[in-house]
Amino acid sequence: MPDLEDLYREIILDHYRNPRNRGELDTPPAVRAEGFNPLCGDEVIVYVRLANGVIDDIKVGGQGCSISQASASMMSATVIGRTTEELHRLNRAFKSMMSIEPDPDDPPPINGNGADIKLGDLEALKGVVKFPVRIKCATLSWHTLTQALEEAQATA
Amino acid sequence: MALDLAAIRADFPIMCRQVHGRRLVYLDSAATSHKPRLVIDALTDYYERYNSNVHRGSYQLAVEATEALEEARAKVASFIGASRDSEIIFAKNATEAINLVARTWGRANLGPGDPVVITELEHHANIVPWHMLTAELGIELRWIPIDANGHLDLTNLDRLLDGARLVSVAAVSNVLGTINPIRQLADAAHQAGALMMVDASQYTPHLPTDVAEMGADFVAFTGHKMCGPTGIGVLWAKSELLEAMPPFLGGGEMILNVTKEGFSTAEVPWKFEAGTPPIAEAVGLGAAVDYLVGLGMEQVREHEVALTGYALRTLTQRYGDDITIHGPTEPAERGGVLSFEYKGIHPHDVAQVLDRSGVCVRAGHHCAKPLMRVLGCTATSRASMYVYNDESDVDALADALSDADAFFIE
Repeated sequence: MPDLEDLYREIILDHYRNPRNRGELDTPPAVRAEGFNPLCGDEVIVYVRLANGVIDDIKVGGQGCSISQASASMMSATVIGRTTEELHRLNRAFKSMMSIEPDPDDPPPINGNGADIKLGDLEALKGVVKFPVRIKCATLSWHTLTQALEEAQATA
Repeated sequence: MALDLAAIRADFPIMCRQVHGRRLVYLDSAATSHKPRLVIDALTDYYERYNSNVHRGSYQLAVEATEALEEARAKVASFIGASRDSEIIFAKNATEAINLVARTWGRANLGPGDPVVITELEHHANIVPWHMLTAELGIELRWIPIDANGHLDLTNLDRLLDGARLVSVAAVSNVLGTINPIRQLADAAHQAGALMMVDASQYTPHLPTDVAEMGADFVAFTGHKMCGPTGIGVLWAKSELLEAMPPFLGGGEMILNVTKEGFSTAEVPWKFEAGTPPIAEAVGLGAAVDYLVGLGMEQVREHEVALTGYALRTLTQRYGDDITIHGPTEPAERGGVLSFEYKGIHPHDVAQVLDRSGVCVRAGHHCAKPLMRVLGCTATSRASMYVYNDESDVDALADALSDADAFFIE
């Protein structure tokens, strides 16, 4: 079997123990979305506030395993201050790292397929692919953020 | 006489398997049990020697297949103390059996405001079908609460049963292991004018089952948790109820006559078994019943009580306050299902670390989300035991558990 050390990288455990951007935002102006992993009951709540097409602030709540919560924390730290366009490219690049085919409903790439965008700390989650059951834990927060942005666009 | 564990382990071919280079330590029998050679052979034998469709066939193979299917029905009837073989309806699993009751008896007998009483420790299989009837018919769903030890809190039972039409309760909780007072509930239900349904999925594999002693009107359970194949479950119900209930699915097998204008139904039990039934699976379930009868259900339960006691003692002595085991503390009051929390480490992570040592436990909400909410968590780790487990499996769990510290305890 792959080493557990590939899954539980120190940077992941650090985000799990000390989650970044934990909390809530006022809705409105922020939007809120809830994501569930029906297999295991993990839940992620994402609050996101947009200003001129930029993610002005993001907060994360919920509870779940180290992978789902660390992934949510790492996502929040990565996307803050990014444009929604950059975020879609990150989302694609992240899913591609998780060996997930792009969803036909995902917004199409505007500049390239997202492969050129740097994932930074998120690269630490690469080891999750070797534990296929845990991929859903890692992607839960990204699905939830996408949902929140759709909500924001619908209410804009 | 105690079970011969070495002989039993030799009956289960999968026990020879290694996982990540380690001996298989399978502690997830509440999800599904392993199958003894006898059951696997029964499936192969059916496909190799007399595979054919049942009923209405005039040739030898079809006669043998029909006899084998009906013989399996008779074995199951005898195993649970049914007074007639025709009271055994084969379904896909316990979930389908409960849905059958909701969709047929429920639709025919329930209306707006009619109370159906369940408990906080039910599996989703005994919750969602009633939520669906709430949406469809406007029935009222009532919940018997649990107390701090995971027993049902029957303080307000009279009020909960007032006007009730059906009480539907798990005989053993798949999360807490609690053995519920089914007879007491059935008597109270009947006194209140309600029928009693029992979800025996975690009971029938582990304890001697007698539907008359339970005082039940409907009993549902599944084959794959009792050494049988997947794809076969059972609904037992009293004959007079089955006679009066409308059919479930429509199609072949369940009809007496079909015209352009309509149809008439076959006799019970076939009225509820539309389409080609799971023949091999039923034959396999019959073999599983043979196997359990051979072990003796009293002995199966004795082994479970002893092993559960050993597990409770071992884990609490070893880990003290670092481990919380949910449910009753007395082995005699519970099944061999141990849901636990270890040092606040998330169950998924606990299960992931245990897997490295070949220890299979389940992590998650165990299809009991309302119960998780009552327990104040979103998930637990669950170790569940069966006839092929022994003290060395419990020791392997206890040994591997502290491996999680390296990652999660600073």
